[in-house]
Amino acid sequence: MSLATGAYGLSLGALAVAAGMDLWQTIALSLLVFSGGSQFAFVGVIGAAGSPWAALGTSALLGVRNGFYGVALAPILRPMHGWRFVWGAQITIDESTAVALAQPADDRQSRREGFWWTGVGVFVAWNALVGVGAIAGQYLGEPQAWGLDAAAAAAFLGLVWPRLAPRKVQAIAAAAAVLALALTPVLPAGLPILAAALVALVAGWSGPAVDLEPTEAPV
Amino acid sequence: MSSAWGLWVVIVAAGAVAWFTKAAGHRVPDRWLENPRVLRIASYLTVALLSALFAVQAFTSGRSLAFDARVAAVAVAAVLLWRRAPFIVVVIAAAIVAAALRAAGWS
Repeated sequence: MSLATGAYGLSLGALAVAAGMDLWQTIALSLLVFSGGSQFAFVGVIGAAGSPWAALGTSALLGVRNGFYGVALAPILRPMHGWRFVWGAQITIDESTAVALAQPADDRQSRREGFWWTGVGVFVAWNALVGVGAIAGQYLGEPQAWGLDAAAAAAFLGLVWPRLAPRKVQAIAAAAAVLALALTPVLPAGLPILAAALVALVAGWSGPAVDLEPTEAPV
Repeated sequence: MSSAWGLWVVIVAAGAVAWFTKAAGHRVPDRWLENPRVLRIASYLTVALLSALFAVQAFTSGRSLAFDARVAAVAVAAVLLWRRAPFIVVVIAAAIVAAALRAAGWS
């Protein structure tokens, strides 16, 4: 898992610099947002010349998932107060949730330990590798000549890929992609991406119950 | 708002929003978030936004659609993902394909 996390972190750091952010902005974004999907989204919108506010909106919506992980974790981690709560919330992400919930349901102690060790471990490794990726990115030349725009597209494809098994989800993915492309000539950059959230709203309005499963990938 | 300060403000705001979203899950009453409709929409949100990010990143240039070296690059990426290649391999392969095609003069 740490190897996989490292690959996402390195890619993100390099892509953030290619999108025009500086080293310190990239590191600050990573420490503060600390959620892979939200960070990739932020960088993607900035790289597409979208407004910073569109970047903020897209990153916020991709972070909604983490709120639901907190609901599943709360009974395991209670009581949490003060700095412990500040940190516990910050490391409430896919990886820490997945590891905690993978421990036996009756073993609260190992569920807690799984959460804290994974969360803190990923926090350290992720931010270090985002920094390394950003430093490496500074030494690359013109992003297009190095194919970094294509790398960013491949990264988004790689992030969504593991979620595409169900038929309905494939339809949602296709509809969101088509809507974003159709709106690109008519809306300011960044907003076509944000508008794709409407597809989720319409598709999720009714239907069978689904679970929000944390995945090993940081989205 | 293209100034560097503007970007800093938004970075800090994105961090604050991310933290409050995570914290809210630990604190709000379960029943607020255990509504099936809310769960479905939240689950689909991730896929919809990532797919839109992919499409815009792969097939647009500014405000218009563009089909260039990136199309071949993401086709290679898709094949590699289907063959279960690791993430970093997929990303680097896409960069190499696009860089090579451009070096060869193919837009």
